[in-house]
Amino acid sequence: MLNLGLDILGLARFQFGMTTVFHFFFVPFSIGLAFVVAVMETMYAIKGDEDYKKMAQFWGKMFLYSFAVGVVTGIIQEFQFGMNWSEYSRFMGDIFGAPLAIEALAAFFMESTFIGMWMFTWDRFNKWVHTLFIWLVMFGSSLSALWILAANSFMQNPLGYIINQQTGHVQMVSFGAVLSNPQLWSEFPHVIFGAFVTASFVIAGCAAWRLLKKDHVTFYRKSLNVALVIGLIFSLGSIASGDIQSRYLINNQPMKFAAMEGLYKDSTNKGEWAAIAGFDNKQHKTTWSVDVPYVLNLLSYHKTTGTIKGMNTINKELHAKYDKKYGNDINYYVPTKTLFWSFRIMSGAGALFALLAIVGLIFNRKKSQLIMSQRWFLYILGLCLWLPFIVNTAGWFITEFGRYPWVVYGLLTIADAVSPNVSVASLLTSNIIYFLMFAGMGVVMIVLCHRTLKAGPDIENTDGYAAGDTDLDPYSKGAFNHD
Amino acid sequence: MTNLQLLWFILIGVLFSGFFFLEGFDFGVGMLVKSFAKNEAERDVVIRSIGPHWDGNEVWLITAGGAMFASFPMWYATLFSGFYLVLFLILAALIFRGVSFEFRANMQTEKWRNFWEWASTIGSFCAAFLFGMLFTAMIAGMPIDKNGDMTAHFFDYVNLFSLVGGVAVTVLSLVHGLNFIRLKTSGALRERALAWNKILYPVLFAGEVLFAILLYFSTDFFAKKPLTTTAIVVALVIFTCLAYWGVLGNHEWLSFIGSGLSLISVVVLIFNGLFPRVMIANNPAYSLLIKNSSSSPYTLHLMTILTFSILPIVLIYFIWSYWVFYKRLASPKQNA
Repeated sequence: MLNLGLDILGLARFQFGMTTVFHFFFVPFSIGLAFVVAVMETMYAIKGDEDYKKMAQFWGKMFLYSFAVGVVTGIIQEFQFGMNWSEYSRFMGDIFGAPLAIEALAAFFMESTFIGMWMFTWDRFNKWVHTLFIWLVMFGSSLSALWILAANSFMQNPLGYIINQQTGHVQMVSFGAVLSNPQLWSEFPHVIFGAFVTASFVIAGCAAWRLLKKDHVTFYRKSLNVALVIGLIFSLGSIASGDIQSRYLINNQPMKFAAMEGLYKDSTNKGEWAAIAGFDNKQHKTTWSVDVPYVLNLLSYHKTTGTIKGMNTINKELHAKYDKKYGNDINYYVPTKTLFWSFRIMSGAGALFALLAIVGLIFNRKKSQLIMSQRWFLYILGLCLWLPFIVNTAGWFITEFGRYPWVVYGLLTIADAVSPNVSVASLLTSNIIYFLMFAGMGVVMIVLCHRTLKAGPDIENTDGYAAGDTDLDPYSKGAFNHD
Repeated sequence: MTNLQLLWFILIGVLFSGFFFLEGFDFGVGMLVKSFAKNEAERDVVIRSIGPHWDGNEVWLITAGGAMFASFPMWYATLFSGFYLVLFLILAALIFRGVSFEFRANMQTEKWRNFWEWASTIGSFCAAFLFGMLFTAMIAGMPIDKNGDMTAHFFDYVNLFSLVGGVAVTVLSLVHGLNFIRLKTSGALRERALAWNKILYPVLFAGEVLFAILLYFSTDFFAKKPLTTTAIVVALVIFTCLAYWGVLGNHEWLSFIGSGLSLISVVVLIFNGLFPRVMIANNPAYSLLIKNSSSSPYTLHLMTILTFSILPIVLIYFIWSYWVFYKRLASPKQNA
């Protein structure tokens, strides 16, 4: 076979990255949309204003597209551990399997059952019961995030385990410790708040494009208002939870934190923070930077004094700690540029979202027509509908690349986790086909959302789902007979 | 082998039974979108019959996979990495059919509706066939090494036995889907489903007999457990007969329950034959056993408590959701 310089480790890593990033375009979008739609339908239930019902149904369509793609790409995630990472599965099964199984049992059943109920019963139940369905969907999908993040948090910060001396695998000794992992309780709110922000700004962006065309002004202004209120609350929430999460890294995953801030050398007490910088990864040094004093300490410790260890120091510490067990040829440096810029994109966008929400809410006050005249603002809002997807990806880049070289922090390296019996040819084939399928689904998603938006909120549900809804009762007389 | 290990071996079997019973009919219905339904309006009804349910049915597979990961990590790792290509194709099939329902409903041109209808049909066929093939190959025994890694080549899992197994599961799902359509629709669709099943059942019988014969030669099931294996094979045939009787006498519920129980019999047959193993190696010394492939007692205990406290609640609302949609769908006017 042609030697393309490809190995199973590289291909398996690429596949994990690709499938996870694609899956995670839709997960936060779906969770967030379920929440926003639930809020809209609740407002309909309270106020009885038909506009809110229309809003829930209209934005609910996008939710259904997103949910369908999220579900099918999610199955890949579950199967992938066994398929590509069999050694990881053996090593981690005792801990990782349980949250995954409970996720399916407690969350996926709830989500999938009640989404079916919500889709098909608009006219069958009273509005409060019907609203409850979408809240249950939203509750189920948030639960699923909790369980999968519990598993991820163990990989970032293993707690509640022992190593089985016979097998060398991890073994759970305290489920309580796995669940009360501080990593989880900083990660989970950040992910959920981020999901709410994602949906809000996609809705806000879509509404902005329609307002530019003066289309259904009342409807889109109302939608914009709901989206921006939610967007404001949770972008502030994301910033706060992100702050907690990143400060937790200082002691827990110092290499990740140092790379996020681009610190090769230990920082001085002046706390100089590089706003932007260039790096020489081979020489392990910063080539140039634009520094702002004290900001690093303010971000890290919420005060002006203190120091942060640089990557070069941490590298030495890690070698001292792990060389006995893993040998001295492991590279502990993480991809600095990726982490540094991802962090800046993520935190910069967080601040931008909060700002846009405030300005937008001021422009969009009930009695003011400002929003219609400030076209520049609508353009910015319209463009920003793509930003949440980039930001979510950046966040996961930090979390996952920053764990390098570990798959389970301090316990299992990525290289030791891969399936040894899967061939390069199989992996290459699956990578290519997944890529093509994802590209196809991505295009269909965008086309469908765009078309739904163009068709507008007045179009009745065109889904074939309404088919045959003049139901016959199978228990009525004669229904069992073949007449 | 501890009681908890045995319990989880059984629970995995139960979850796969649930999966085949439920997703069996929605695979079947998915296959029928193209050839069985004659026009757009009929396709709408056929898809609508599983619309609220297919996603929940698929969760049984996800739960079975997750439960296997949690309770038997060695089994999960060996099975999933060993059958890499088959599972990859299953995933591709599940993805295509999964998005097809939602996407089709929102396509505006005939060409693209057609595309997603084919995605549903081919995806459903492939998924059912590949699951059948995978499990048949698994019980025939695979090359597994000392570490538990499976090193099978194409012809280890694609052979006469596994192909017959694949076809048998496909046809079973298809008749199960038709029995579901008979319950859920009325008029022309309901009648056509009956007519189709009258033809398909004899084919299924032939397939089951061929499968039983090959089972005798390709596995050690009859040699190791002659009594139970024979009993389950007989039960499989009896359930199929009952379903067929339901077709001939037009008893719709009997047919549906019969075809569902036939699918469950296949799962029971597999799990009974596997016991006390979970993966059968060509070299018996390397077979994975229930007793050495499981998680720790702590994890199994935890999973047991959680499962038995959550599952009853899930079953209540799951069944309720079927109750809500229990009514028949009307056939499109022009065919009624």
